Amino acid sequence: MALLTGWASFLVAVATIGCIYGLLTLGLNVHYGYTGLLNFGHVAFFAAGAYASAIVTMPPPSTVTNASYEIWLNLPMPLGFPVSLAAAALVGGVLAFLIGLTSVRLGTHYLAIATFALAGVFSDVLVNEAWLTNGSFGMNSVPKPGRAMLTADEWQLAYLAFAALSLLVTYLVLERLVNAPFGRLLKGVRESEAAAKTLGKDTNAVKLKSFVIGGMIAGFAGGIYAHYLGSVVTAQFVPHVTFTVYAAMLLGGAASNTGAVAGAFLVIAFEESTRFITTAYNWIQSTLPEALSGVLPALFGPLPNNPSFIPSMRFVVIGVLFVLVIRFRPEGLFGDPAEIQALGEEED
Amino acid sequence: MSPNQTPADGNSGDAAASADLLEVDGVVKRFGGLVAVDGVSFGVEEASITGLIGPNGAGKSTLFNCITGVYDVDGGAVRLDGEEIQGLSPTTVARRGVGRTFQTPKTFRGMTVRENMAFAARHQTGERALGALLRPGTIREEEADVQARVDDTLEFLELDHLADEYASGLSGGQRKLLELGRVLMLDPEIIMLDEPVAGVNPSLTDDLLARLRELNDRGRTILFIEHDMDVVMENCDRVVVMHNGQTLASGPPDIVQDDERVVEAYLGGVDR
Repeated sequence: MALLTGWASFLVAVATIGCIYGLLTLGLNVHYGYTGLLNFGHVAFFAAGAYASAIVTMPPPSTVTNASYEIWLNLPMPLGFPVSLAAAALVGGVLAFLIGLTSVRLGTHYLAIATFALAGVFSDVLVNEAWLTNGSFGMNSVPKPGRAMLTADEWQLAYLAFAALSLLVTYLVLERLVNAPFGRLLKGVRESEAAAKTLGKDTNAVKLKSFVIGGMIAGFAGGIYAHYLGSVVTAQFVPHVTFTVYAAMLLGGAASNTGAVAGAFLVIAFEESTRFITTAYNWIQSTLPEALSGVLPALFGPLPNNPSFIPSMRFVVIGVLFVLVIRFRPEGLFGDPAEIQALGEEED
Repeated sequence: MSPNQTPADGNSGDAAASADLLEVDGVVKRFGGLVAVDGVSFGVEEASITGLIGPNGAGKSTLFNCITGVYDVDGGAVRLDGEEIQGLSPTTVARRGVGRTFQTPKTFRGMTVRENMAFAARHQTGERALGALLRPGTIREEEADVQARVDDTLEFLELDHLADEYASGLSGGQRKLLELGRVLMLDPEIIMLDEPVAGVNPSLTDDLLARLRELNDRGRTILFIEHDMDVVMENCDRVVVMHNGQTLASGPPDIVQDDERVVEAYLGGVDR
């Protein structure tokens, strides 16, 4: 019995991805929104978490086609799941610590360049170190926890519930953190490092902590993603992920956890809706009266048949969204304009 | 001893120097070929107000940065309570008890006045991530103390009506007061102010100076940079004059005021 058909199934999938991006955006918001760290390599922490989960749960290579990885733990599924997610968060945090150790002292755009470059290096490592990551072929037998006990649709719903719960718990933990003096410490470092130092705060340590916390959350998101799709491939972890997360954060409002979650869902829904551009076009064309049937093709021309056209449209959509938000509502939906006003400006 | 020592500088001899809270001893700072601070020596007595004056480019702000660890010195020593603090990071210097403000106020603009102030409080359990998550009781108690101190300090500075405004909405003078307030929250042994009244409107200036004198009456040690001779002469126990990176003169205001070299440095040698 198919519980979910067509639209419902699609919505459940979008909501699950939305939860995962919600986590990613919460993580980036700790970096940029609260601490002012321009991290342009966020996807690396996501990838690190996803690969960590894959490595600890993949079955032996002998049972998998095209396997060249040499390390696997094959943790049994329902019980190994929390361990796998903990490993994902841990590895995301460790990667953030290592990247942060080398670059967190850099200010503003220098940090952006360093993190972007290091994420690129990390991506190359994932492609080339096949003994660990199975190279560009990817790890395609990541177990789906509880899948054996449930039907396909039940599992989809159960996993969505789990992802939503993870997002909620992370959100609550972060709210508690940023409303405590810890949040004040992060914001002060964001506003003026020089002033924070002369008030006796160790700004590099603060930035490193922020980097690790955000990296752990992104790694955790990676673990949830790996067990959701059941496969981890390098091609999933491209800079586009980082920029989608930025769009989500800015749309929702930097330095607002509520905004981060709302922004993530909106951007994912927006991005996924581009799938229906062709359908919408055809529908409008079919409902137009005979006399106007030439109008749409004249305006837009026939949509190109190239299969990469629609996926490419998503980049345009995200780009346009970026520009519109920054132009018309720089504080985003839930951001505080007085707080965001000075964000990212150079201090003198 | 610096060759620039003046006869008026009688009370900073070796015997008295040990009583100084802050001691600047032959500090040198070079930027490439430029010697910005060239062997400056003076002491700041505990519970005194000391003014540091000198024309533009004399090296006053550079010296502040040398004392507070922003710059590494190229020679000489800075001692706080007899312990050398040169070469330490700004964070460590602040923790040792040196609080400072900047010539252009560096307030946390995207935070409220209250948050700005509370940020500076020391030893907050809630500043550690795990402490913030796991010890809500301790944090609540500490935070109540911090907020009470914030209220007192804001009231003292007459900023209490602005407590919940964002710092970005304050005037230049109010920002200087806020920066002073933050330093008070840090509760340092010595307060160093870089031009606390420059660019502040006259009525607020008198207010600010009155606050400084009151702090001094309560036993605070203050060292401040100022351009305005009158302000310095009226408010300081002791004055240090810098010129071209060197100490030109130092001593009580009335004696320094009459020093020929000081007059010449300020008026540019009118009789030549």
